[in-house]
Amino acid sequence: MIRFERVSITYPGAAAPVLRAVDLHVPEGELCLVLGRTGSGKSTLLGAVNGLVPHFTGGLLSGRVTVAGRDTRTSPPRELADVVGVVGQTPAAGFVTDVVEDELAYGMESLGLAPAVMRRRVEETLDLLGLVDIRARPLRTLSAGQQQRVAIGAALTPAPRVLVLDEPTSALDPPAAEDVLAALTRLVHDLGLTVLLAEHRLERVVQYADRVVHVPGDGRPLEVGSPAVVLAGAAVVPPVVALGRLAGWVPLPLSVRDARRRAGPLVERLVGRSPAVRPEPVGGHGRTPTPRPPVAAVRGLVVRYPGTDALRGVDLTVDAGSIVAVMGRNGAGKSTLLAAMVGLCRPAAGTVSVAGAPVSGRRARDVARRVGLVPQQPGDLLYADTVAAECGDADRDAARPPGTARSLLQRLGPGIDADSHPRDLSEGQRLMLALAVVLAGDPVLLLLDEPTRGLDYPAKARLAEVLRGLAAGGTAVVLATHDVELAAEVATRTVVLADGEVVADGPTREVVTASPAFAPQVAKVLAPLPWLTVADVAAALAG
Amino acid sequence: MTARGRFRPGGPVRLPRALHPAAWWLWALGLATAASRTTNPLLLGLLLGVAGYVVAARRTDAPWAASYAVFLRLGLVVLTLRLLLQALFGAGVPGHVLLRVPEVPLPGWAAGVRLGGPVTAEALAAAAYDGLRLVVLLACVGAANALASPGRMLKSLPGALYEAGVAVTVALSFAPQAVAAVDRVRAARRLRGRPTRGFGGLRGLAMPVLEDALERSVALAAAMDSRGFGRRAGVPVRQRRTTAGLTLAGLLAVCSGLYGLLDSSTPPLLGLPVLAAGTAVAVAGLLLGGRRTPRSRYRPDPWRAAESVVAGSGLLAAAALVVAAGAGVAGLTPSTSPLVAPGLPLLPLGGVLLGLLPAWAAPPVTGPAGAA
Repeated sequence: MIRFERVSITYPGAAAPVLRAVDLHVPEGELCLVLGRTGSGKSTLLGAVNGLVPHFTGGLLSGRVTVAGRDTRTSPPRELADVVGVVGQTPAAGFVTDVVEDELAYGMESLGLAPAVMRRRVEETLDLLGLVDIRARPLRTLSAGQQQRVAIGAALTPAPRVLVLDEPTSALDPPAAEDVLAALTRLVHDLGLTVLLAEHRLERVVQYADRVVHVPGDGRPLEVGSPAVVLAGAAVVPPVVALGRLAGWVPLPLSVRDARRRAGPLVERLVGRSPAVRPEPVGGHGRTPTPRPPVAAVRGLVVRYPGTDALRGVDLTVDAGSIVAVMGRNGAGKSTLLAAMVGLCRPAAGTVSVAGAPVSGRRARDVARRVGLVPQQPGDLLYADTVAAECGDADRDAARPPGTARSLLQRLGPGIDADSHPRDLSEGQRLMLALAVVLAGDPVLLLLDEPTRGLDYPAKARLAEVLRGLAAGGTAVVLATHDVELAAEVATRTVVLADGEVVADGPTREVVTASPAFAPQVAKVLAPLPWLTVADVAAALAG
Repeated sequence: MTARGRFRPGGPVRLPRALHPAAWWLWALGLATAASRTTNPLLLGLLLGVAGYVVAARRTDAPWAASYAVFLRLGLVVLTLRLLLQALFGAGVPGHVLLRVPEVPLPGWAAGVRLGGPVTAEALAAAAYDGLRLVVLLACVGAANALASPGRMLKSLPGALYEAGVAVTVALSFAPQAVAAVDRVRAARRLRGRPTRGFGGLRGLAMPVLEDALERSVALAAAMDSRGFGRRAGVPVRQRRTTAGLTLAGLLAVCSGLYGLLDSSTPPLLGLPVLAAGTAVAVAGLLLGGRRTPRSRYRPDPWRAAESVVAGSGLLAAAALVVAAGAGVAGLTPSTSPLVAPGLPLLPLGGVLLGLLPAWAAPPVTGPAGAA
């Protein structure tokens, strides 16, 4: 269905090709997962399928890409629109119309399908992706998860034979991600759709893949094979695979279900042992003789937006040195809670105090000294033309000696070129730069909104390490995230929000194991034993 | 039984649906034309009420449905401004003096301009009548905006203009997105303790917002390209040339026709006939050009009896006032000097009341789905 023959792609001005002599054949009806670090050429590979690379992006393509027998050299993307559907990384940026139903019909209108056919397909797609209730809603008012499903639906309605998706679940909460992936597998099984999908969160998708393509980057040859084979040799793997390696299971399990069926002996070995106790924060819970006051205290917080109550009486205390994960579905109020804690939105009722002083009513500059927030798009925090200038500005903003931010950045993300433009950095590097900028102010409370979006595994591991280091140094950290594996790995406490209210608050181990939606893979495999991460299990087996 | 009238087997059933946006625009333009022919405050007030009642009866929950109130408020601001200016600069109209604004002596070069002085009831009434007419015109535009979805209006453009229509849609969606981007960047600046106001704040704000807009438009262009925007059906070269020739010739003829119509020294043949012929040729070109794109329409708005009734009621209202004005019916422009109580002429009154018809003739709407 998709065939790459000796394909090399070089962008203008680049010294070396992004992809070199790629040979790849994806047969019809296959769900093919594309792996690789950020900047490895994954998106280039995906873009080449419908000819956006190089017709739209520029660059030089040698070799031949054919889709359903059509050469992308002679067919620009618009002529391939009836064969290839594309869902980009940020679905909202690709919306052409303003209402859900029109958006679903847009692609079909361009192809000139008959009105009766369009009507039927729109209805089918609304059902398939669960969009019936929002069919007449303006696109702007939808949550990220809904927008993602609309974008997938809009790519599906022209009935393409190939669907290309770039990180389709990165903005979704775990249940919404499962819904989207379940819909995709149904299409692959029932309609023989060929799917090419790039995703960093392997643990969500690898079990659905028929084949994995690993793009190692730097023009090295692709590794193609069945998921178990490619992952056996991969440096970074989802937790369930890591657990399989640890326990020596062959072939490696890819899904929680596979692993559970094998887990009997491992569970027997683990019964009677208990996971090492995580270093609980100093102070709080009356375990230390002189309990210190919490770093941040939120009392009865109510935040209202026109039409909705984003937060309805939230109480939360954060102790020094603790890492609190705030979880909940899209639109549950996570981002609003963080914004309120840094004084960005005015509470309708309730108080937020940090280090004993109330946040609301104080000047932004003063609050920024005590509380650092890394927003969902870390790039928003960065204005300067170079990394070095950005660090210099950060020192001045925070009135710290010159070089503070630079040395922080050296520790957080070594090897970032000081002369590069912040926009040219990879997602992970940009996050580290934003973090360095925020930490230059030496805040007592660090807030991160969805920090792992777009991060590959190494960048995520680096982030986890950094956060643990900060907590050990006494900084309180609150992160709003959909990433259950990150929460399981670093968070000492987990708070679950639903419809603006706290529905669960307690030690991460208790909260995440109690809820299937937020449980990490290891907890699902070993349930009802309270193990969260592969590292915990490994330590217990070794000790 | 009370079921009479509620249950009519075999009778026509009025299903809730959105009316064709062009019907609403024709109706609103009709009312606006009617308003432009009179300064009678009673008739103008009645027109406001008619438009308001229809909007209240047939609007949806869509975001744009609030625009009647917005335009009405804008109109009231205009009216207040008009009265204030009249009071300040327009003194000196003879009549009943209501109050005296202290007069500011102006230098000789400003001869003919007066600042302050006696304000008369006659002058204020004339200004109020005039201002009220503006209020009604604005309210009519607001009513059309509230009742007809702007997006659907663009969708009913002829095929050849479709691509221009998409450009407008995209441009329209730019404003709210830019506002969202500004909010985000401002928040981020506050997080770093940077100023969000003043020149420095503006500069720091503009760059990220513009970069954001640029990235967004590139992403949108890529998405539109991969979704088949701009596909060409196999059109023979000959037809393409005919299309271009027809459109060009038509537009030229329309221009010279308009010129002929407006310039009284040209022979009469250059006026209306050329304009009509030019329009016909241009329309033919557009229709032929529409075949160039292989597009089809998803759920196009049908034009049914209700559309004709709605559009017709507006046009009849306009016709009634135009005819009345042409016939010199008394009371359309009540005298303000001397100031007399305006009357209510019968023909215009009937015409204006016809404009109420859509409140019942238009199909009912249900909830937010009315927009779709």
